[in-house]
Amino acid sequence: NGSKSVVRTLRPEAFKSMIPTIPVTNMVCFFAVSHSQITRLYSRFTSLDKGENGTLSREDFQRIPELAINPLGDRIINAFFPEGEDQVNFRGFMRTLAHFRPIEDNEKNKDPTASEPLNSRTNKLLFAFQLYDLDRDDKISRDELLQVLRMMVGVNISDEQLGSIADRTIQEADQNGDNSISFNEFIKVGNLQHINVWAGDHYLILSYILLSVLQD
Amino acid sequence: MPAFSCAFPGCRRDLLVIVLVVFVGIGLPIEASAPAYQSHGTEGSHLTNITNTKKAFPVLAVNYEHVRKPFEIALWILLALLMKLGFHLIPRLSAVVPESCLLIVVGLLVGGLIKVIGEEPPVLDSQLFFLCLLPPIILDAGYFLPIRPFTENVGTILVFAVIGTLWNAFFMGGLLYALCQIESVGLSGVDLLACLLFGSIVSAVDPVAVLAVFEEIHINELVHILVFGESLLNDAVTVVLYNLFEEFSKVGTVTVLDVFLGVVCFFVVSLGGVLVGAIYGFLAAFTSRFTSHTRVIEPLFVFLYSYMAYLSSEMFHLSGIMALIACGVVMRPYVEANISHKSYTTIKYFLKMWSSVSETLIFIFLGVSTVAGPHAWNWTFVITTVILCLVSRVLGVIGLTFIINKFRIVKLTKKDQFIVAYGGLRGAIAFSLGYLLSNSHQMRNLFLTAIITVIFFTVFVQGMTIRPLVELLAVKKKKESKPSINEEIHTEFLDHLLTGVEGVCGHYGHYHWKEKLNRFNKTYVKRWLIAGENFKEPELIAFYRKMELKQAIMMVESGQLPSVLPSTISMQNIQPRAIPRVSKKREEEIRRILRANLQNNKQKVSSNKGIWLKLNVFSADSFPTVHFEQPSPPSTPDAVSLEEEVPKRPSLKADIEGPRGNASDNHQGELDYQRLARCLSDPGPNKDKEDDDPFMSC
Repeated sequence: NGSKSVVRTLRPEAFKSMIPTIPVTNMVCFFAVSHSQITRLYSRFTSLDKGENGTLSREDFQRIPELAINPLGDRIINAFFPEGEDQVNFRGFMRTLAHFRPIEDNEKNKDPTASEPLNSRTNKLLFAFQLYDLDRDDKISRDELLQVLRMMVGVNISDEQLGSIADRTIQEADQNGDNSISFNEFIKVGNLQHINVWAGDHYLILSYILLSVLQD
Repeated sequence: MPAFSCAFPGCRRDLLVIVLVVFVGIGLPIEASAPAYQSHGTEGSHLTNITNTKKAFPVLAVNYEHVRKPFEIALWILLALLMKLGFHLIPRLSAVVPESCLLIVVGLLVGGLIKVIGEEPPVLDSQLFFLCLLPPIILDAGYFLPIRPFTENVGTILVFAVIGTLWNAFFMGGLLYALCQIESVGLSGVDLLACLLFGSIVSAVDPVAVLAVFEEIHINELVHILVFGESLLNDAVTVVLYNLFEEFSKVGTVTVLDVFLGVVCFFVVSLGGVLVGAIYGFLAAFTSRFTSHTRVIEPLFVFLYSYMAYLSSEMFHLSGIMALIACGVVMRPYVEANISHKSYTTIKYFLKMWSSVSETLIFIFLGVSTVAGPHAWNWTFVITTVILCLVSRVLGVIGLTFIINKFRIVKLTKKDQFIVAYGGLRGAIAFSLGYLLSNSHQMRNLFLTAIITVIFFTVFVQGMTIRPLVELLAVKKKKESKPSINEEIHTEFLDHLLTGVEGVCGHYGHYHWKEKLNRFNKTYVKRWLIAGENFKEPELIAFYRKMELKQAIMMVESGQLPSVLPSTISMQNIQPRAIPRVSKKREEEIRRILRANLQNNKQKVSSNKGIWLKLNVFSADSFPTVHFEQPSPPSTPDAVSLEEEVPKRPSLKADIEGPRGNASDNHQGELDYQRLARCLSDPGPNKDKEDDDPFMSC
C-alpha cells in the first residue's frame, strides 16, 4: 500500500487523494483547524490505524497506552464513535477532536450564517456533559454521577461514601429540584475556566513543531 | 435630637483616635530619651557605691537599661499596630488611600517627630529587613500560593520576571548613563557600571508593595497571579544582577567571560534556591508524618523548616525568596494531610499575623528612613529615573505581551496589559539593596534618594490611583466563589478528559506531564510523606471530608446544630486521621444532618430550621442512639425522606419523638452543645471576609 509514503510528505494534493470527497480547504473551515494541524493529526490517524483500511476501530484506540490507564478511557473512546457504529473515519476523528481547538476571537467574523463553531465554549461544555450523560436524556442522574465518581476514585472507597458525595453534588448544583443536573445547571458551575485552556498552553505549538520535525 | 444621636458614634471614634495620638506622643519621647536615661541610671549607682552611706531600702526603683532593647522593639510594633487600627476607624480614609501609603506617612511623621526632639531616627537596617521582616511575608505568599493558576501561567510569569527585569535594568541603566554624560547635569563622574547597578536595584517589582496594594483591589485571578508571580520570581534576577554589578563596579571592567559566568550564576541561583527549598519542604513533610502525638508543636515545624530554607539559601547567596516559595509549595499538600485541623488554623493565622506585622513595620520604617537617611538631591537624575521607570515598564510589558500572546491560548487583553504595567510597584527591597551599597560608591546618597523617590511615586501615585482606574476601565474582578464539590469533580473530570485527548492526539502536552507527575506522586512520594493509611485517600475524598468538617463547624457556631456529641468531630482532631471503621457510622449521621440542612436551605421550608439530631452516647448498649426530634409535623418532604432512611440502619435505635422532647434531654443537649462549641472554637475572622479560603483550594 503506497499510501504510507504519501502520508510522510503531505501536500494538499496528496491529501485530497486520500479523502476524495472533501477538499482540504473546506475541512479547514469546517473544523476550524489549521493546515499543519490536519497534517499532524492525519499522521497520527494512520499510525493508529493498524489495519490500514482508513478507519479506526475501538481496539485501535484501546492500544493507546495513555487511554488504557485513564479512568475515563472508555468514555473518551466512545465519544469518537457515533451511535451504533464501530468504525470511525478520519472525518469523524477530526470532528471529535475539533472540539478541543482553542477558542479564537477572530473566528467570529467568519461566515455569520454558519452554525456556532464546534469549539465554542458551549459546545465544549456540551461535549463534556455528554460524557457524563450516557443515556442522552440531557440530565446527569445520581447513578450516572456515581459511575463517574467510581471511575475516578478507584475501588477503595465505600459505596455509601460515594453515594453521599453524589447526593451532595447534585444538591449543590440542582436548582429545579429534579434531583439531577441538567445542562443549564452544569454550565453554571463556577470557575470552569479550563474551557479556555483546553489542548494545553504554549507547549502546544512547541510540541507540534517538534513532532512534525521528527516525522520527517 | 436625631442630629445628636448620629454624631455620638462619630464622637466616640474620634475620641479613640485622639487617645491613640496621645499615646504615640507619649511613647516617642520615652524611646527618644532612652539614651539619656541610661547614662543617668549608671551615674546614680556609681555615686552610691563611692559614698557608702546608709540609704533606705528602695521600694520602687527604675532600671530602664535592663529592658531597653525588647521594650523598644515591642513599643515600635505596638505603635505600628495601633496606627493600623486607627486607620480603619476613620471610615472614608481606608476606602480611598491604600494602607501602605498611610503607613509611610505615619513613618514620615514619626521620623520628623524624632528629629525635632533631636534624636537620630532609626534607619531600616538591611540585616533586620532581609532576615526578619521579609521572610514572613514571602512564606505567607508561598504557602498559600494558588497552584493551579500559577502553573498554568508559569511560562508567562517567567518571561515577565526574567526578561522583563533584565530589560528594565539595562534600559534604565543605559539611559541614565547617557544622561550623566550630558554636561549640564553635573554627574559626569558616574560610570556605566554604577548606572547599571542602580538600574538593577530599581528595576525589580516588589512583592511586598504588590501584595499590599493588590489585595485591596480584588482584581481577576489571571492578572493578579501574573504580577504577583513576577514579583516573586524576579528575585533571582535581582540577586544575580546586583552581585554582578557590585563586584564589577569595584574592578571597573566586564569581560565576555564575566557575562557568561553571570548567566550561569543566574541558573545556579534560581535552580539552587528552588532545590534548597524543595529539600527542606520534603523534610518538613516527612517530619509532619510523625507528629500525631505532639500536635501542639506542628505549626512550629512548618515555620522553622521554611525559615531554615531561607537562611540556608541566603548563606550560599542563592535566591532566598525562591527557596521559601518552593518550600511552602512542596510542603503544603503533605503537611495538610498530616496535621490536625487546629494546627492548620494556627499556621494560617500565624502566617497572616506575622506577614501583616512585617508589612506594617516595613512601610513605617520606610517613612522613618526617608527622614533619617542621607540625601543628595539632583532634580534631573531623580525625575528622569521616575519617568524612565514608568516608560521602561510600559514598553517592556507591551513588547513581551506581543511575543507571549503568540503562544498563549488565553490572550492578554489591553486592559490586562495596562494593569500589569501599572501594577509594577517598587518597594522596600529596592531600598534595602540600595542601603546595602557600600559607602565607597560616591553616588550612594544620590542613588538612595532616587530609589526612595521612585518608591514613593509608585506606592503613592500608582497605589492610590489603581483602584479608581480598575473601576473606570471595568477590569474583570475576582469572582467570589465558595469551594464546591461540583467544581472539584468537574475539574478532575476535565483533567482526565484532556489527558486522554492528548493521548489520542499523540501530543505530550501540559496535561500529559501533569498526569505523569500525579501518578508518580501517588505511587512513590505520598507513601513516604503521609502518615498512616491516608496516603491512599484520593484527593476528591479528602476535599469532600474537609468541606463537610468545615460546614459542620460553621453550623455549630451558628447554632443550627445544638446537640451533637463532641466526640464525633473532635475525635478526628486527636486521633491520627486514618479512616477507622467505628466512627464511620457517626460520620454518616453527621453527613445526614448536613444533607438535611442543605435540603432545608434549598427548599426553604419556613417552619423548621433544621432537623434536630441527638447522639446520645450514654445508652446502655454503648452504641450511639439517634433521636430525631422534628419541630414540625411530618408532612414536609424532608421528614419523609428521613423517615425512609431510618429503618435502613438496624444497629441504631431511632425514635421519632413528638415536637416536644423532655426537659432533661434538652438540658443534656445544652451541655453537649457548649462542650462542642468550646471544642471547635475557631478564632477566625468574620466569615464574610473568608472569601478566598485556601483550605479548600487545590
